[in-house]
Amino acid sequence: MKDMNSEGYTTADGRKIGGVLMEMKNITLRFGGVAAITDISFDIRDGEIRAIIGPNGAGKSSMLNVISGFYVPQEGEVWFKGYKRGPMKPYQVARLGIARTFQNIALFDGMSVLDNIMTGRLTLMKSGLLSQAMWWGGAQREETEHREKVEKIIDFLEIQSIRKTPVGRLPYGLKKRVELARALAAEPKLLLLDEPMAGMNVEEKEDMCRFILDVNDEFGTTIALIEHDMGVVMDLSDRVVVMDYGKKIGDGTPDEVRSNPDVINAYLGVSHD
Amino acid sequence: MAENATTGDLQSIPALLARNAAKWGGLPAFREKEFGIWQSWTWAETADEVRAIALGFLTLGIDRGDHVAIIGRNRPALYWSMVAAEMCGAVPVPLYQDAVAEEMAYVLEHCGARFIVAGDQEQVDKVLEVQEALGDKSTQIHHIAYLDKRGMRKYDHTRMNALADIAAEGRAAAQRVGPELDKRIAELTYDHTCVMLYTSGTTGKPKGVVLSNRNIIETAKNSAAFDHLKRDDEVLAYLPMAWVGDFIFSVGQAFWTGFTVNCPENAATMMTDLREIGPTYFFAPPRVFEGQLTNVMIRMEDAGRLKKRMFDHYMGIARRVGPAILDGKPVSGMDRFRYWLGDLLVYGPLKNTLGFSRVRVGYTAGEAIGPEIFDFYRSLGINLKQLYGQTEASVFITQQPDGEVRSDTVGVPSPGVEVKISDNGEVFYRSPGTFVEYYKNAESTASTKDAEGWVATGDAGFFEEGTGHLRIIDRAKDVGKMADGTLFAPKYVENKLKFYPNILEAVVFGAGRNMCTAFINIDLNAVGNWAERNNIAYASYQELAGHPKVYEMIQSHVEDVNKSVAADPMLAGCQIHRFLILHKELDADDGELTRTRKVRRKIIEEKFADLIDALYGGKDEIYTETEVTYEDGRKGKIKATLTLRDAKVERVAERMAAE
Repeated sequence: MKDMNSEGYTTADGRKIGGVLMEMKNITLRFGGVAAITDISFDIRDGEIRAIIGPNGAGKSSMLNVISGFYVPQEGEVWFKGYKRGPMKPYQVARLGIARTFQNIALFDGMSVLDNIMTGRLTLMKSGLLSQAMWWGGAQREETEHREKVEKIIDFLEIQSIRKTPVGRLPYGLKKRVELARALAAEPKLLLLDEPMAGMNVEEKEDMCRFILDVNDEFGTTIALIEHDMGVVMDLSDRVVVMDYGKKIGDGTPDEVRSNPDVINAYLGVSHD
Repeated sequence: MAENATTGDLQSIPALLARNAAKWGGLPAFREKEFGIWQSWTWAETADEVRAIALGFLTLGIDRGDHVAIIGRNRPALYWSMVAAEMCGAVPVPLYQDAVAEEMAYVLEHCGARFIVAGDQEQVDKVLEVQEALGDKSTQIHHIAYLDKRGMRKYDHTRMNALADIAAEGRAAAQRVGPELDKRIAELTYDHTCVMLYTSGTTGKPKGVVLSNRNIIETAKNSAAFDHLKRDDEVLAYLPMAWVGDFIFSVGQAFWTGFTVNCPENAATMMTDLREIGPTYFFAPPRVFEGQLTNVMIRMEDAGRLKKRMFDHYMGIARRVGPAILDGKPVSGMDRFRYWLGDLLVYGPLKNTLGFSRVRVGYTAGEAIGPEIFDFYRSLGINLKQLYGQTEASVFITQQPDGEVRSDTVGVPSPGVEVKISDNGEVFYRSPGTFVEYYKNAESTASTKDAEGWVATGDAGFFEEGTGHLRIIDRAKDVGKMADGTLFAPKYVENKLKFYPNILEAVVFGAGRNMCTAFINIDLNAVGNWAERNNIAYASYQELAGHPKVYEMIQSHVEDVNKSVAADPMLAGCQIHRFLILHKELDADDGELTRTRKVRRKIIEEKFADLIDALYGGKDEIYTETEVTYEDGRKGKIKATLTLRDAKVERVAERMAAE
């Protein structure tokens, strides 16, 4: 990435943002005759927190699914780490270093928090099925190493007290945190968060904000997130893409976006002065 | 053995550390659970760490007499920092970590702390906020050290860095500043300050209690001998570091006897960690024991019929003979067998679940404990005792010897402590643990401690005839008279109310009035569970607290208390005529409780004046708005319409007058 440093920028709080990590070029996504996304281009830079906002039905989640490789756009190109990306299976995406959380929590309810987070490391495990089943040799050592990594994440997200609790018994806010932990366990380069604050109370939101910032700061993880809560988005992100009816109507720093007349019209409401 | 040793040259905590490292170098001194595993440090390793931190402090230019504020949850590195500070001739000042910035500001400015050791980013943020508020004096805080590096990268580090880095710098500079450190350690005597602790104080500003090495070490020595504490005892350090008890247990007694101090992973895992460690020496305020008992009872309600019957049957036997067996009194062979069987089937597994399997000495203090709660633990064979103490005494004033334990006394004077009762009933004491002074407050020092060293406790009490045990009635200043001149002892009644699991907190009013009234706080845990079992739906604490069924239940508790209060002719006037259930939990963040969760009567009286007026005004309902402070310091408002109820009182007053 060194050669791309010239393209980077420095944020208001002094963090250095690197070159382009992911680039979306003229993406168009259709479901039958309906165009969910029309000709959208933007990039995500190394180390930044990038938000995608827009009213309901603007195509935010579709966009996230294109980034994650779950949807393959009919037109346009997705470039990741300097390579053009073709259609991929989910595990291939995971191996590339992309992890995500879901709008509707997708954890294993019957399993403990610890086990759920361990599943996040699945793609990083090297020993085969047989040696894992036999709990023999390398598998045992490997499990210990993975457990250590997972414990660091548990410590980081302050969920020590629920380590052994089945996920099904946890309140909503904590489940969201466990999901973040599982995504982090994959040691992603790019972390996708689908409405991380949805349905949370003020205190839970503040905690989540802190965790997102700390993840970015501590692990240098690039984060792309979709969020409804404007306050959160504006405080958290370095740059914001604004979508409306599948089109990009704004792109820039929170301040730039806030003063963009199109954005005000579409999302923040028309100001009458 | 340590308990018979004289202190000799061991005149400071650093001297004790050096002895322990030489004597028990390979044995565990501290443990902390981190990353899901118990990490441990031997006495030799501890000595090495403490020295490294002290050397680091020296490189930062720490002076003799500087104050070092310690803010954070119980962690080995914070205990080490305290000892390291003393090594440098400085004074450690542990603070309550849950204090908001404003509370911290007063203490930090008052002691003029030049160094801060903070647990994590949250604490550092508060310190920076205080620093900003100090304005011109912002340079007073010379350097901030923190333990947890997380989130700290972006901060301006010109006068701040991680404690681990300070220790590393100290190690690197060992040759340069080592001789200076050795010189400072050698200077320490019995009269040097060991620690300064701020009393939370139910009224007024906190006061800095200066405790010398003599205070701490003599007290640790005496109390360790009293309870036969040994090298291989284990404690769990989970109570606030700013509280004198934690300093005595986790530093004083631990360094004197050399036992192991275990630090939980975090506050929320305390119960799990308690169970894993199984401490042999355990201290908890009544609140913790109450909480555990409530949990057990709730879970037994949900248990299967066989288990429940077994539990009830054997608890009956335990209540009957358990305390007698514990005290070594004669019990018939048959009962001993039954108790043994019960231990096998019920008590043993229960104690294991609670983490009390190995408890040899358990103490509770700070507040009165309900007799049922007290007896429950004792009947299980847990040697739970009471002590009476305060910061100014380095904890111990009186304590209960093994075999003489009762729920309504606080025991006999601790070894080396003299106790006397003044003419107006106030308890006075004099001991080697008696504090040196209140920092920068000669006036308060003089009014608390007289020339002969007698200290006023502010509590009213009396020695029981025959046993020589001390009984505490109430805070001396809270004991008042009602309008008709009868005795008013609010805490006595409040404690009776709080013994009900459904009642978390109670505040009784009545000084100078013609009748007593009360505010009640329900226990969300217990009442919430009760509501669930009785199909009562509720959406919030406020709604549950205002539910008519809850009111009925609380009313029956209040009336039961009235009956029991009426039985004591001296206090019969304290029966509660009217009460209400508060719409919010009393909270230290709102200033209604002290950080050690004692009721601040004055503040509550001012804050809820409208509710008190309504109680005495005979209204049935009142609308009120209350300001609350959230954890992050922001303020909000709770609006509620509260119901006020009359409670039945026993008519004993007339009978008394007639007699």
